Amino acid sequence: MRHVDEYRDEAAATRLLEALRRRVTRPWTIMEICGGQTHTLIQAGIDQMLPDAITLVHGPGCPVCVTPVEMIDRAVTLARRSDVILTSFGDMLRVPGTFGDLLGAKAAGGDVRMVYSPLDALALARRHPDRQVVFFAVGFETTAPANAMAAWRAKQEGVANFSLLCSHVLVPPAMEAILDDPEQRVQAFLAAGHVCTVMGYHEYEPLAARHRLPIVVTGFEPVDLLQGIALAVDALEDGRVGVENQYRRVVTREGNRPAQALLAEVFEVRDRAWRGIGILPRSGYGLAPAYADLDAERRFDVASVTAVEPAECIAGEVLRGRKKPHACPAFGTRCTPEHPLGAPMVSAEGACAAYHRYGRGPGGTPT
Amino acid sequence: MSDARPDFGKLACPVPITTGPTVQMAHGGGGRMSKALTDRLFLPAFRNDALAALHDGATLARPAGRIAFTTDTYVVRPLFFPGGDIGSLAVHGTVNDLAMCGARPLALSAGYLLEEGFPLADLERVVASMRDAALRAGVPIVTGDTKVVDRGKGDGVYLNTAGVGVIPEGIEIAPTRARPGDRILLSGSIALHGIAILSVREGLAFESAIESDSAALHDLVAAVLAAGGAGVHVLRDPTRGGVSSATNEIALSAGVGMVLDERAIPVREDVRGACEIMGLDPLYVANEGKAIAIVAPEVADAVLAALRGHPLGREAAIVGEVTPGPAGRVTIRSRVGGTRLLDMMSGEQLPRIC
Repeated sequence: MRHVDEYRDEAAATRLLEALRRRVTRPWTIMEICGGQTHTLIQAGIDQMLPDAITLVHGPGCPVCVTPVEMIDRAVTLARRSDVILTSFGDMLRVPGTFGDLLGAKAAGGDVRMVYSPLDALALARRHPDRQVVFFAVGFETTAPANAMAAWRAKQEGVANFSLLCSHVLVPPAMEAILDDPEQRVQAFLAAGHVCTVMGYHEYEPLAARHRLPIVVTGFEPVDLLQGIALAVDALEDGRVGVENQYRRVVTREGNRPAQALLAEVFEVRDRAWRGIGILPRSGYGLAPAYADLDAERRFDVASVTAVEPAECIAGEVLRGRKKPHACPAFGTRCTPEHPLGAPMVSAEGACAAYHRYGRGPGGTPT
Repeated sequence: MSDARPDFGKLACPVPITTGPTVQMAHGGGGRMSKALTDRLFLPAFRNDALAALHDGATLARPAGRIAFTTDTYVVRPLFFPGGDIGSLAVHGTVNDLAMCGARPLALSAGYLLEEGFPLADLERVVASMRDAALRAGVPIVTGDTKVVDRGKGDGVYLNTAGVGVIPEGIEIAPTRARPGDRILLSGSIALHGIAILSVREGLAFESAIESDSAALHDLVAAVLAAGGAGVHVLRDPTRGGVSSATNEIALSAGVGMVLDERAIPVREDVRGACEIMGLDPLYVANEGKAIAIVAPEVADAVLAALRGHPLGREAAIVGEVTPGPAGRVTIRSRVGGTRLLDMMSGEQLPRIC
């Protein structure tokens, strides 16, 4: 498969690993932002093949993981209404809220449907004019344009029974929060290639300059990640700061301008609560005033639903790279994919799920 | 055999099966309409001596050997999908369950659970497909049942098939028999059925339609047993949960470990592409026409040759090896040379956000 196989090539991976071993002289800690990258690293076994001096810590870039419990509770509340069809991406369905997950709401009689695209949810609204169709719009800058497009079209076409339960978050404020943490130990970032495909990487330049570290825009295949790590180590060894772009086949400095224009039209930047981290200023999107009538929180008055996060889940520590998943006392015992305490054990991009699924744990490393 | 097939075009006359184009409650009521449905649809389609007796059960001659007996219920949506439908699937699935016991299938039953209002034309399609699959497999449908439930209480049609087969002397196939050193063989490229179903269910149009691999594997298994004899230890069709669940279950049953090689596992290009788009791992996706064979190392090459010599096994490969343990632990060597656990699927494989 073109554009895939060459980035999963064992010979290329071996060459990069050998070069890394020759290049590295000191211990370095690098954070990959995106949960998709975390999964590739663990699935391909790259974490075990790297020189010991390189430590990877896993970042907050899992949209499911950082969605606060209260948003899950709001979605479940909506799903329980008889007039609502609640639509969502697949991996939000099993994230536990205070009183169960969306699959539980479905089993209890709620009309919960998995969609692959917010435009499918909009099509559902057109087909069911007598029902209210709510799309659970979560995700980083990567998914925001498609969700913005659904909102824009709904407004253009006057689809009155469509709305969005919006919980969009942004990467740069999360990186700022990690770097401002006095306990943080990250010396370089691998930025999420897909986010940068939309937003470009110019917004990371001031961040790199202010905190004096290298940021490498990186793709998602094993060889992409090894190249990204190699570029980061190279910069660290030479003392270079600034943004470099490994994912040139997709990412430009400016990003996707039409997508950015659509985002600016439909959304406004707002403070957002992050699971396990708390409220970060100007760290997410909400619907802009012109689109407020598409806001499900207003339409159904669920903004008052609040929740307390489960005390035992250390999602916040994991998402900030402070702790590895298996450092959690509940990991693999009281918290498993079948009975998750928190979202990182559920999502395909969650670090806890990756560690559990691929057998990374204290003494549980595959041999 | 084609002259034995009923002409469905003549079914409406002179005594109609029904007063309308859909299934009605009376079709399962045991009266005239039930009888009309049996006489005009099921009997001509599945025509054989055992069924023609119309007894409460079929009577069959018993060949030498142990009996294998299995049942499975089919609720697939959509009913008709690229490469098959619920009728052919219900034949293949149960034939394959028998074959994976090392049995030669003797006969099947067919239980139809119909929803009031289900189009008779669709029922005829399902029955015709079931008939064709049974004829191709050479396994007769010898007994059956039809029930109708109120509209809204079913989902068109559910099908149950049970099957009996006979296991030849000297053949001992069981998941507990996997031994360290055994080779793990896969009969062909994986994930076709699951992707075929998902792509129609989710309305994803790919450049070329990916068809289900739904097929009866008893003939392929016969070739495997002829080549490997008592050296064939385990057979398993990796249906729901895919290769990962099948290998994990066997490893747990036998108290052994397994090491697979991701690069050796055949996955077609179009299926890989579809999995990439949907964010699915083909190792977790269902198959309906593939077999895993775990065999003693000394017969591995002969079994591989037998698989590849069969039309349903041309892409067969040796994909791994049984290890002493830890018990139940299946690991896989990744494409770039790393190692990871191949865990059993938990819940459903849910497509991810991005």
